[in-house]
Amino acid sequence: MNFAWFVLPFSLGLFLLFILVIFKISFWVRQLPLRDRLLLNRGIFSFKIFKVIKEVIMESLLHRRIFKINPVLGFMHMSFAFGWFMLILVGNMESRLYAGTELNLPYYAIFFKYFVHQPLTIPFAEGFTFIMDFFLVLVLSGLLIALSKRIYSRVVGMKRTTKLKPFDVFAMLSLWFIFPFRLLAESMAAGMYHTGGFLTQPLGNFFAGFLPLGPLSYAMWWAYSIALGVFFVSLPYSRYMHIPTEIVLIAFRHFGIRRTKEYDMFKDVEVFSCSRCGICIDKCQLNTMAQVNTIQSAYFIKSIRKKNQQEAVVQNCLVCGRCQEFCPVGIKTDDLRLSQRMIFENREIADFHYLPQDVPVKTDILYFAGCMTHLTPSIKKAMLNILNSSGISYRFMDEDGSICCGRPLMLSGNNKDALKLMQTNKDIIRSSEAHTLVTSCPICLRVFREDYNLNINVVHHTQFIESMIAEGKISLENSGAKISYHDPCELGRGLGIYDEPRNVLSQTGVLLKNSLERKSSLCCGGSIANNQNYNLNKDKISQQVVAHLSAKEPDMIATACPLCKKSLVKYADIRVADIAELVSEQMVSNKADASRAEKKFNVESVEA
Amino acid sequence: MVDFGYKIQADRQINLDITNKALANFVKKHENSFNTCIGCGTCTATCSTAKFTDFNFRRLQLFIRRGETANVKAEIAKCMLCGKCQLACPRGVNTRNVIMMIKKGLEAHV
Repeated sequence: MNFAWFVLPFSLGLFLLFILVIFKISFWVRQLPLRDRLLLNRGIFSFKIFKVIKEVIMESLLHRRIFKINPVLGFMHMSFAFGWFMLILVGNMESRLYAGTELNLPYYAIFFKYFVHQPLTIPFAEGFTFIMDFFLVLVLSGLLIALSKRIYSRVVGMKRTTKLKPFDVFAMLSLWFIFPFRLLAESMAAGMYHTGGFLTQPLGNFFAGFLPLGPLSYAMWWAYSIALGVFFVSLPYSRYMHIPTEIVLIAFRHFGIRRTKEYDMFKDVEVFSCSRCGICIDKCQLNTMAQVNTIQSAYFIKSIRKKNQQEAVVQNCLVCGRCQEFCPVGIKTDDLRLSQRMIFENREIADFHYLPQDVPVKTDILYFAGCMTHLTPSIKKAMLNILNSSGISYRFMDEDGSICCGRPLMLSGNNKDALKLMQTNKDIIRSSEAHTLVTSCPICLRVFREDYNLNINVVHHTQFIESMIAEGKISLENSGAKISYHDPCELGRGLGIYDEPRNVLSQTGVLLKNSLERKSSLCCGGSIANNQNYNLNKDKISQQVVAHLSAKEPDMIATACPLCKKSLVKYADIRVADIAELVSEQMVSNKADASRAEKKFNVESVEA
Repeated sequence: MVDFGYKIQADRQINLDITNKALANFVKKHENSFNTCIGCGTCTATCSTAKFTDFNFRRLQLFIRRGETANVKAEIAKCMLCGKCQLACPRGVNTRNVIMMIKKGLEAHV
């Protein structure tokens, strides 16, 4: 029987870790609704499990997504996860081959070099020794990067890394100490018995020259075991809980566990999956442009985990989705944020009985301008001009003042009241029997698509204009003006509509490339989702976004959202226009009698 | 009593020293910009809700400041929180948060 007293910290730690993680996972599963539990059971015994295993290897071990975002950080995480996993795996293979049995206690493989001194007699013994040393070097190189990241985060290309509380530092140090202690313990063992690989042997021989290796190596084995034990015990209470939880998250995703608007078990698993890597911190414009550095997703998620949510933190967010786009774990940070707002704001108080009961007018195409478009009449005017001159029949749904789509209430966290508004609009849309709903506002578009369950074609006006051009209903003349395009958050990251606005714009002028566009585009700052320090932050952000968009000296800035237009126009020296305005101006059929059409429109609207 | 079709109007004098300003103070405390309101009424002019009803945010904020909170709950219930008033406000009042804080303050103070 191989035993030494120093295996106790490791073994106890591992045992506790095992119990705590099993307890936590069974809690999540038990809290799931019955339907989802059945999905989970079915998923485990289906081919989907192979997809889960594949993603666990690609993400939890190799960290493919972090590599794509930041290669240095990717290497750091990969070296820890994959290197350590391989050390455990190969170490177990080695020790089990040597002992000739599968039934070893876990500590035997970990402290194998203490129990076995003579050169190994198993097949490929030298290969095993080499592999073990190689992966130890891999982990140690990651450790070196981690250390430099803490000293100077720009080494890994991060302006800021996550601020840590004392317990986080404690857990992190226990992880960091594991590998140097392992290196020292194994090298000293190698030095004493003249074994070891390309790393441990020379180092062992070096130590043997001037150190009393016998007692010192024994102390190192103790230190190694204590570091492991401390890390295992602190893991469930620290951010390192993301290691087991991410596997659960990946399984939940593949098995199709439902997401709701509320804070449910799926979101709880997401919260525990956050490793606080800090990638979200640099992506947050409230941090980089407005010096607000307490609300970023890494901190916000931690506050949920500690059940210590501050209303000011929960509400102070643009919900622009930049952090979500770059989260290597794929946590839906926006949904998480809104679910927390519901805790503070989901009070049923509204009474919308005053809203007009709609007289159904049958139509094929409905146009919904939205509140913000009513506030920017030039967009509405342009859109009506396009619709009128293209000769299609449509109905202007909110001509006499708009009934809000409900998303502003949802963004504030009040879903109960939002549902009342949504029902009113839904009745109007349903009774019109339209097959297409066109909106000018991406905020409305998103809620129509995601929450209304309309089963009709819901499009943004840029998409509708593109299809009208394709069908030949309108044709454009290229003005040759240089245009810088600003992706609205709700339209781009929210709904993935990137190409249609660009296709339309490239027919009205020359579209300039921009270093931060599509997924990484900036938020204009005007998001109505931010309910705190609104004007203060908004102005700082808008100013810098305008500077970024004007960097290549365009003739104008184009956007596709009335709210973005309003925020940008405040600081722009050049023209800021919605795509609809540019299209309206550049329509060939319209160009000749533009002035006449405009006059006609004015008369009509006055009469109306 | 015989109803002659006349009645005595309720006293409209407001003694600002004794009115209940708890709600006003709650809103001011949690949304600073409420203090900068000049009561110009731009919010009411652009209001989506005011298109359909007599909802008047300018009047509402005045009532709250005076401590006349009896009708506030019924009035604030009409707001759709669309945010047009916020963009129109020449004084930069964060009107959406003011409304949210009124709703919250109603639970605690009225």
